Order: sequence, then C-alpha cells, then structure tokens
Amino acid sequence: MTEHNFTHVSFEHFLGEQKLMGARCKACDTLYLPPRPMCTECYRDDMNWAELPENGKLIAFTTIHIAPTAMLEAGYGRDNPYVSGIVELENGLAISAQIMGLDAAKPEEIKIGTALKAEYVERGEGEANKTFLAFRAL
Amino acid sequence: MSRKKLNRGVAIVGAGMSKFGAFTGLSTRDLFVQAFQDMRASIDKGFDPNDIEALYIGNYSSDLFEGQGHTAPFMADWTGLAPRPATRIEDACASSGVALRQGIIAIASGLYDIVLVGGIEKMNDLPTSEVTDTLATASDILYEIPAGFTFPGFYAAMATAYMHKYGATPETFMKVGIKNHENGSLNEKAQFGATIRKVMDGKIAKAKTRGYPEPTWADEIEFLHDDRANPVIAWPMRLFDCSPISDGAAALLLVGEELATKFSDAPLYIIGSGQASDVALHDRKDMTALRAAQLAGKEAFEMAGVTPADIHVAEVHDCFTIAEVIATEDLGFFPQGEGYKAAEDGRTARLGERPINTSGGLKSKGHPVGASGAGQAVEIWKQLRGQAGERQLPGEPTLGLTHNVGGTGQTCVVHIYERR
Repeated sequence: MTEHNFTHVSFEHFLGEQKLMGARCKACDTLYLPPRPMCTECYRDDMNWAELPENGKLIAFTTIHIAPTAMLEAGYGRDNPYVSGIVELENGLAISAQIMGLDAAKPEEIKIGTALKAEYVERGEGEANKTFLAFRAL
Repeated sequence: MSRKKLNRGVAIVGAGMSKFGAFTGLSTRDLFVQAFQDMRASIDKGFDPNDIEALYIGNYSSDLFEGQGHTAPFMADWTGLAPRPATRIEDACASSGVALRQGIIAIASGLYDIVLVGGIEKMNDLPTSEVTDTLATASDILYEIPAGFTFPGFYAAMATAYMHKYGATPETFMKVGIKNHENGSLNEKAQFGATIRKVMDGKIAKAKTRGYPEPTWADEIEFLHDDRANPVIAWPMRLFDCSPISDGAAALLLVGEELATKFSDAPLYIIGSGQASDVALHDRKDMTALRAAQLAGKEAFEMAGVTPADIHVAEVHDCFTIAEVIATEDLGFFPQGEGYKAAEDGRTARLGERPINTSGGLKSKGHPVGASGAGQAVEIWKQLRGQAGERQLPGEPTLGLTHNVGGTGQTCVVHIYERR
C-alpha cells in the first residue's frame, strides 16, 4: 500500500476512493478532521489514518447566489444557487461541505439538524478532475 | 495567564482617512497620500514628517487586487519617509487593526517615539467574482473553499446558526443595515452615505422617469425583502447586509505618551490593546460567537481597567450585519443571545444607550479591507475630540473602542482609547 502523508493531497486522494478519512494520533488517540501531520494535544507526529463516519447533521448553512469562480465554472450562480454548510459527523467532528438534495431557492425551509450522508462529487475533465466532499440530505 | 501592561503609554496625536469608495485610476499609494494629508491636518500643533521613525502598514492583498506586492516601502516613498523601516502587516481584514497594535508595541518597547500606522486597500480594479475569490483566500483554501463557501457565505452560516439558537430573523439584520446607513448618511467620507429610505426614493424616481411601474414598498423592511431591489447574496445575507467593495486608506500618528501634548491639544491615549487568533469556522464549538473577539476584548478591557459599560462609543467590524450583532455580544455590551434584541430595539442607534458604528460602519462607510481597522480609529478620534460634525455624540464621550476582525474571526484585535 502506498504511504500517504497526513496532508490535504492524501485527504483528496481518499475522497477519490469514496472514503472520508481523518488522522488519529497513535499516542493519545486524538482524532483530526482535516488530517494533520502533528498531534496538537501531545505534540507527537505519529499518526494513523482513520475512516470517519459518513453520517452527520447540518449545524449551519447558507444558500450561495453570488458564487466564486470555481462554482460558476461548475454551473452555479445567481440563477442556480447552491447550499454550503457545516456538517457535524456522528463522532462530533465537523467539516465544511456543499450540501446536496436541498432546495437552495427556499432557504427558509432548510432545517438545522437535517440528517446528511457523505457524497463524493467529481468535477473537471482529464487532468483537472478532482473529487469534492459533499453531503446529501437523507 | 496574568495580563500584562505596556511598559510605556502610547497616544494617537493625528488621525485621517481618504474618502472610502470606488476610485478608478487611483492606486493604494495615491489613497494613502490623501489619508496622510488628512492626518497631518488633524495634528493640532503641527509636526515635521521627518520626525516619523517607522511605518506599519496594514494591507490585505494588494498583490491580488492591484498586482502590487511589497506595498509598505511604496507608502514610505510616497510620503517622503524612505529610508525609514516600513513594514506591511497582513491579517486579512484585521490588517490595520493589527498594524496599530504593532505600532503601539514598537513605541512601548522604547525603540521608537513616533510611528506612522496606515491601512490601505484598492479592491475595485477587479470584477466582483475575482474580488470574491481574493477575499476567499483569507479562509481555508484547502477545506473551506472546496465546499463552495464565500465570505458572505461564512457569515450567513453563522447567521443561520444564530437564528436557530436564539430566534433572530432576517429582519433583525436588516435593522442593523438601516441603522448603519442612517449613521453613514452623516459621514462625508462614507462610500454609501445614503439612508435606505433615500435609496428607495431614488429607485422610485428612476422607475418614474423610465416609465416602469412604480414600486410600492410600504417601508424600509418591505424594500429590503424585495428580491430584485435587495438580492440574496448568501441567505440570509442580502446585498444591504454586506459591506461594499471599497478603495480607501487611513493613517494614524502614534507617539510615546509623554510626547503627546507636544503635538496635540487633545490626544487619544491608547489604554487597552488585545488580540487573539482562532481555528477555522467548522472547528469551533460555537458558531454564534467569535472566541478570538471575546479574548481580545477581555485582554483590552483588563489592560485598560475599564468595563464594557464604561465605553461611550464603539466601532465594531460589521463586514456583514450579523457580524455587528455578534460583536456587541462578544465585547460584553449585551449578554450572548441578546445582541439581536438590542439591535431591534434601537439600543445601538447613534442616539441609543450604546452607540455602535456612528461612522456608518463598514456597511455604509465602506470596507477597503486593509484600511478598515485604522479607519475605525479615525472615527473614535473624531468622536472623542468632539469633531464628528453632524453625527457627533452628545455628552462629551471620553472612552472609545474599536473591534477589527480578520476572516471569519481567525484574527480579532480590540483597542480602547481615552481622552483625558
């Protein structure tokens, strides 16, 4: 098996394998999402990869109408807003992600606490192809 | 951790700013010259620019906004101050609040007696999407930006968490915007110095001359709910909840406390300074408060030996309307979860019990990000010296506060000022 440094490159590589991975300190068991190379609890730099739960809930969100360039290129924008949010996983760790399966045109109806499951979204052709972490409303 | 004091007091003896706005053809150095001249004119007893020993310049991203890096030496050159040391400070939108703190520390250390602190930004050369991208580099480009977040989006997410926890509504935030536009309408340096009412009247007049059906908004709140007049940027933040894209500069002259009256009849003594950092938004236990602002405020209040209730006027970082509500709680002006009620009840209005953002705030005055922190100090300078013109607070205020935030609160810096 290839050795994966505890970096965002490895994190994205695992997304490409449809896996949500964090780093766990071998010494003190602290779990990190995003992964990081050094434990900031015990300051050892000996980590393991740990598969994280794919289920979580929405704890903050917005519908984005004025989009950054990357999302404009993905087809979003003023006429096609999308939902971004912060997701708390079942183990209490949280991460930012695009949220699928909710109506961005009706933000008043989106509920904090909505149950979500991780989804892996591919964007870009050829060399530029990349897998993004998203969550879908259950 | 025990709280430390400065080894030497520091005072502001001059403060000035360019107008904030959109200025085609002017670069940051041109705007800084305007701020420098405005600052010079504010020094009661005059001064020789040659006495300045060092410059600390807050600048977020001239590199991306105007293709110019290494900006501090250019500010020194254009103000005739080369070869003095000139240092750029970058902490996103808190850049010049932190530059002020660095200037204070430099004087308190005894290394310098007279320091120029500046803030500069020129944002209007780029199209909006690229401004959005540039601002986004102040967040986590590895783990937040791939989620599609923008800066309005981050604060909007804080707003949804806040509404869920405390029961505020989008109208709460609209009222903050209405209030800050009212204040800004009394500030000749403001970018959008029009009340919301005046904006509405302008749109109605325009519809009439063009022969379009006349809008029938009953009041400001109805206007602000109109998706066409006030489009959603990132729900619940609409256009009039967001600070504008701005160009501008501000300049402050700092001296050792014992020198202050040589320059000024009414110096502002900096009696408190605090700064803190924080993790990315998704890593925080509470998204309805900025821990870094709470800690920076605590440090500044402890150094100053005053309490939130003592402060007469505060300029807080209202990059978005929700941010002002959260700021008034983080600083201890109102208990957590009650800042929105205070805003709704008009308690933060210019003539309310707790005036917040008498300048119009970033919302109306403008938000040239690297200049905003120093710009806040300019308003406190004017208010505490009784020079705020039409928007002057009654009752001779003597204690002021500034609260300057970088990013989503990953940097916060708070200063407390006293006129003795």
